[in-house]
Amino acid sequence: MAEYHMTTPLSDEDVSKLEAGDIVYLNGTIYTARDAAHKRLVDLIEKGEQLPFDLKGSVIYFVGPTPPKPGEPIGSAGPTTSYRMDSYSPILIEHGQKGMIGKGKRNEAVKEACKKHKAVYFGATGGAGALIAKAIKKAEVIAYPELGPEAIRKLEVEEFPVTVINDTHGNDLYEMGRAKYEVKD
Amino acid sequence: MREIAYDDLVKSVKAMVMHTASHLPEDALKAIEEAYENEKSEVAKSVLKQILDNAHLASEEDRPLCQDTGLAVYFVNVGEEVKVVGGSIRDAINQATEEAYKEGYLRASTCDCFDRHNLKDEVGYNLPAVIHFDIVPGDKIEIEYAAKGGGSENVSRATVLAPAQGKEGIKNFVKQVISDAGPNPCPPIIVGVGIGGTFEVAAKSSKHALFREAGTPNPNPDLDAFEKQLKEELNKLGIGAMGMGGTQTVLAVHIEKNPCHIASLPVSVNVQCHSSRHSHITL
Repeated sequence: MAEYHMTTPLSDEDVSKLEAGDIVYLNGTIYTARDAAHKRLVDLIEKGEQLPFDLKGSVIYFVGPTPPKPGEPIGSAGPTTSYRMDSYSPILIEHGQKGMIGKGKRNEAVKEACKKHKAVYFGATGGAGALIAKAIKKAEVIAYPELGPEAIRKLEVEEFPVTVINDTHGNDLYEMGRAKYEVKD
Repeated sequence: MREIAYDDLVKSVKAMVMHTASHLPEDALKAIEEAYENEKSEVAKSVLKQILDNAHLASEEDRPLCQDTGLAVYFVNVGEEVKVVGGSIRDAINQATEEAYKEGYLRASTCDCFDRHNLKDEVGYNLPAVIHFDIVPGDKIEIEYAAKGGGSENVSRATVLAPAQGKEGIKNFVKQVISDAGPNPCPPIIVGVGIGGTFEVAAKSSKHALFREAGTPNPNPDLDAFEKQLKEELNKLGIGAMGMGGTQTVLAVHIEKNPCHIASLPVSVNVQCHSSRHSHITL
């Protein structure tokens, strides 16, 4: 398992070298979105309208943070469960998204889109929201403020720690890890 | 009749809710530390380390352990010889919940179940709280509280088995639920199992089972043995911390059982993520 330090936007070359199980420290700009925001982004794509940020090379973090305390950029900000984004992610990947950060299993359509259009699914540690927030230096709501915690935020991150779950070669860390430790009777 | 002032009740519950959001209780911390010691996978071990670091950081800096600060769930035992003066117990608990979530910078996660809009402005900030009342002998009010996240609720399941399926059927059902859940509920998890009663009693028991301190034995020796057997079986699944593969998937299995109908064997599995934020007070 390799360790990488990468800066967004990510290129095809960046994501193609990653393999399930690799540790990546992300730097630069990433965007937050949960199901409600994903639905709006996909609606815009279908209508041919402009998105609130450039999808090309982008990394989207599935998170709904707690409100920030005064003077802090963000509250606790760990990943939410990703399957709720499964019906939207392939469309965003087709339009240039290169990375997703969440937790939990993805469906076959997402894994297939990762292979076909070169994108990766990263896992962050669920329930480590206080720790992860330390890697977020700036946060700004750039779209849909009415969605509250589910608004789209532009985050500036430094050495944001993630693990590659689904790579561009069709590997799945959840399946690999479990197969290694499952004890069959 | 003993009297408790409404404002005192609000104050006590509010302090408990605020503290619980950022301080992982000793039992959960100890269980995770044990899992860290016993884990064979290096990847899972590094995840468990992050979880422990997060718990220490949250507590030191008084930050929410997780951005999913949950729905506020209470089990309240009200003594027959005590009354609250100046307002209702339900209002006091809801007021305490709202104030704690607002002032503690916790997330309001309660929404309408169809159009999904957040109810914070019309019902109240993260209201209504989920409150299960019971009337008991005595002059005290006992309140058990948990901040229950969505990810682990989403994988919880209930069924009604045929009586002939017995313990083997229960074991198979629990194993299937946890296997299907995989990485999604943020393992290592605590598994609450409610057995017997009617359909809803089993579900409520599975929730209440999660309030027991992890690592304490079941007072019923037969159930205690069943819990240990289930834990061993579930850890064979190899899911590991955050599903990355490992030997430590389940921190504890807690069972509550109830008498049931001669025709039925209801079983419910309620899953608790590793961020097992619970607390209790007696007034």
